[in-house]
Amino acid sequence: MAEPEKEEKRKKNRVKLREQPPMERARNFKEVPYGYSPDEAVEEASRCLNCKKPTCIDGCPVEVYIPQFINLIKEKKFLEACHKVKEKNALPAICGRVCPQEIQCESLCVLGKKGQPVAIGNLERFVADYEAEQGEVKLPEKPRPTGRKVAIIGSGPGGLTCASDLIQSGHQVTLFEALHKPSGVLVYGIPEFRLPKAIVEREVEYIKKLGVELILNTIIGKLYTVDELLNDKGYDACFIATGAGLPMFMGIPGENLNGVYSANEFLTRANLMKAYLFPEYDTPIRIGKKVAVFGGGNVAMDAARVALRLGAEKVYLVYRRSEVEMPARKAEVHHAKEEGIEFVMLANPTRLIDDGKGNVCAVECIKMEG
Amino acid sequence: MFKILQKQELSENITLFDIDAKDIAKKAEPGNFILLKIHEQGERIPLTIADFDREKGTLTIVFQKVGKTTYHLGTLNEGDFISDIVGPLGTPSHIENLGKVVCIGGGVGIAPVYPVTRALKHAGNSVYSIIGARSKSLLFWEDKMRDVSDELIVTTDDGSYGRKTVVTVPLEELLKENKDIKLVVAIGPAIMMKFVCKTTEKYNVKTVVSLNSIMVDGTGMCGGCRVDVGGESKFCCVDGPEFDGHKVNFDLLMERQKMYLEDEKEALRIYQEKVGE
Ligand SMILES: Cc1cc2nc3c(=O)[nH]c(=O)nc-3n(C[C@H](O)[C@H](O)[C@H](O)COP(=O)(O)OP(=O)(O)OC[C@H]3O[C@@H](n4cnc5c(N)ncnc54)[C@H](O)[C@@H]3O)c2cc1C
Ligand SMILES: Cc1cc2nc3c(=O)[nH]c(=O)nc-3n(C[C@H](O)[C@H](O)[C@H](O)COP(=O)(O)OP(=O)(O)OC[C@H]3O[C@@H](n4cnc5c(N)ncnc54)[C@H](O)[C@@H]3O)c2cc1C
Ligand code: SF4
Ligand code: FES
Repeated sequence: MAEPEKEEKRKKNRVKLREQPPMERARNFKEVPYGYSPDEAVEEASRCLNCKKPTCIDGCPVEVYIPQFINLIKEKKFLEACHKVKEKNALPAICGRVCPQEIQCESLCVLGKKGQPVAIGNLERFVADYEAEQGEVKLPEKPRPTGRKVAIIGSGPGGLTCASDLIQSGHQVTLFEALHKPSGVLVYGIPEFRLPKAIVEREVEYIKKLGVELILNTIIGKLYTVDELLNDKGYDACFIATGAGLPMFMGIPGENLNGVYSANEFLTRANLMKAYLFPEYDTPIRIGKKVAVFGGGNVAMDAARVALRLGAEKVYLVYRRSEVEMPARKAEVHHAKEEGIEFVMLANPTRLIDDGKGNVCAVECIKMEG
Repeated sequence: MFKILQKQELSENITLFDIDAKDIAKKAEPGNFILLKIHEQGERIPLTIADFDREKGTLTIVFQKVGKTTYHLGTLNEGDFISDIVGPLGTPSHIENLGKVVCIGGGVGIAPVYPVTRALKHAGNSVYSIIGARSKSLLFWEDKMRDVSDELIVTTDDGSYGRKTVVTVPLEELLKENKDIKLVVAIGPAIMMKFVCKTTEKYNVKTVVSLNSIMVDGTGMCGGCRVDVGGESKFCCVDGPEFDGHKVNFDLLMERQKMYLEDEKEALRIYQEKVGE
C-alpha cells in the first residue's frame, strides 16, 4: 500500500510521458515522446474523476466523449476506448499528438485547479496507437446514402475532418489536394519528430477506407473551378479548406539572399520533400553552421528544431517580445530549450547581411524594451 | 500517374515528351507551366507547357538535361509513367493584337516561347522571331517557329548555322529599322534575357521575360521562387513566370539559381555513377 501522502502526490501529478533523451534526439528525426505503455495509460486514466458535468468536453472543438473513453481505458478496454474517440474525432493519433490540449480540454479539467489536469491528449494518442498496433481498425457502419455529392478543397486537418463527418452522414465525398501528398500542414509543416508521417498516412488511409475519394495534384481554381465542380461535375456543395498557406516575409533588406527561407519553404523541403535524406531524396536544403529563426510560435519552434537535426552547430531563436508572450505550445518551448536551442528575446531583426557572394552571413537586430 | 505517349530527341541534350494529361491540356494557355515529380524520392521541377492538344488531351514538354532530375527524365521512354504532374500553373501570357512584335527564344527557351509566338501571331500581330543557340546541334523547332512567324532569324554563337552572333544583335537591327515594334518577348537563360532587356530599354520597347527561379510547390505557398521586380518581391510561380523585363533584378535571379550548385553537382555525380554513365 502506498502511503497516503505519496498516493496524494501521485494523484496530483500526471504520469510522465517517457521521451528520447534531449541530446540524442536533437540529432535524429525520430519521435520525441514514446507514448504510454498500457499500464501507464491505466494509471493515468485512473486519475480522471469521471465528472457528472465534464467541463473538459466544453474545451474540445469536436466534443470527444472524454470521460467515457477514459473510463474504458481504466477498464482496459483499449479498443473500445479508441472507437469511442472516433465517434467524434477521425484523427485521434494526430490530435493526441499536436492539438493544444493545454488551452483546450485539459485547461478546463477540474483536476487542473489543484494539480495537473488529466493528460487527455496522451491518452487519446495511446488508444489510437494501440488500435493501430493491434491491426484491428474498425470501420463504423455504413450510413444510408443521401445521394448527395460534396467536393472538399484541401486535404489538411480541416478537409480530412470535414470529409469524415460528411461521409458518415451518408454523402459522397471527394477530397481535392494541390500537392502530391494529402494532409496539408500535417505532412509539409509539422516535422517527423513531432508527428511521424507514417501515422498521418495511417489516418488518411482510414478516411479513404470510410469511402472518401482522394484526388491529388489538383489545384482548384486552376484545373477545375468551383463553378465547374458544382455545374459540370455534379457536386451539390463545396467545402473550401485551403488553409492559410501564404508565407510572411518581414520586408527587411537582405531577405532575398541565399540561405534565407520562409518557414514554409524550409519545412516543406525538410518534411514533404524529405530533404533531410538528401541525396537519397532529390530535394536539397541549405543549412549553415549557425541558424537564426525569427518568431515565437509553433512554426518557429519546428523550424529551429529541424535546423538542429539537419546538423546546424548553433540555433538561435530570435523573438521580438518576451518569453511569456511566445504563442508556441509550452511543451515545444521546453523541448526546444532542452535540445540546446538558444533563445534571444526582445530582439527584432532589421537587416540581413550579405557575405559578398549573395549569401546571408549575419543578422542585425534592435533591442526591444521589455 | 501520367503516361508518356511520345518521345523525341530534339537535339544533343534536349528531349520532347507528349504526355497524356487530358484535364491539364483542357485548361493550358500559353505561358503556363507544370511541376512534375518523377517518383517518390524525386524533386518537383517546373517545365513550361511547350504545346498542348486539347482534342487529343496531350501536353508537350521540352527539357534540357542539366542535372539529376532532367537526366533521369531523359531515360524514360514511351509508355513509361511520371508519378506526379500538377498544372496548369502560373499566370498565362497576355495576348493582344499590338501590331509588330518580336519573339526571342534562346536555347531550350525556344520551346516555351513557341506557344506565346503562335498565340501572338493568331491574335493578328506581325511577328519577327529570333532563335539562338550555342551551336547547330542544340537548335530545334526552326520549322515550327517559322510557321508562326512572319520572319525568322536564326543565330548560333559558333556560326555553325544561321548567323554567327548572339540574339541581341539582330534584335537591335530590328528595333532600329522598325520604330513601331510594340513588344518583345524573350525566353532563355537569365543572362540572355538580361541583355535583351538592356537592348530594348534603349528603344523604350516593352519587354516580357519568363523567369526560371527555383521552385518547390508552385502554388504560392513557400516563397522559394521569389524574384525582385521593381524593388518588390514577387512569387514567380503565381505572379509570373512572365514579368516586365525592365523591372527584373536579373543579377539576384542568377545568384538565387546558384543556391544549390554544390548539392546539384553531387546529386548528378552519384546518379551518373549509379547508372554507369
Ligand atoms: C509548422 C507548423 C506547425 C504547427 N503546429 C501546430 C500544433 O502543434 N498544434 C496545432 O494545433 N496547430 C499547429 N499548426 C497549425 C495547424 O497546422 C493549422 O491550423 C492546420 O493545419 C489548419 O488546417 P487546414 O486543414 O485548414 O489547412 P492546411 O493544413 O493548411 O491544409 C490546406 C490544404 O489545402 C491545399 N490547398 C490549398 N489550396 C488549394 C487549392 N486551390 N486546391 C486544392 N488544394 C488546395 C493545400 O495544399 C493543403 O494541403 C502548425 C502549423 C504549422 C505551419
Ligand atoms: C517556370 C519555369 C519553367 C521552366 N521551363 C523549362 C522548360 O520548358 N524546359 C527546361 O528544360 N527547363 C525549364 N525550366 C528549368 C528547369 O526547371 C530546370 O532546368 C530543372 O529544374 C533542373 O533540374 P535538375 O534536377 O535536372 O537539375 P539541377 O542539377 O537540380 O539544377 C540545374 C539548374 O536548374 C535550376 N533548378 C534546379 N532545381 C530547380 C527547381 N526545383 N525549380 C526550378 N529550377 C531549378 C537551377 O538553377 C540549377 O542551377 C523552367 C523553370 C521554371 C521556373
Ligand atoms: S474534467 Fe478532467 S476529471 Fe473531469 S471528466 Fe474531464 S478529464 Fe476527467
Ligand atoms: S514555388 Fe513555392 S511559392 Fe512559388
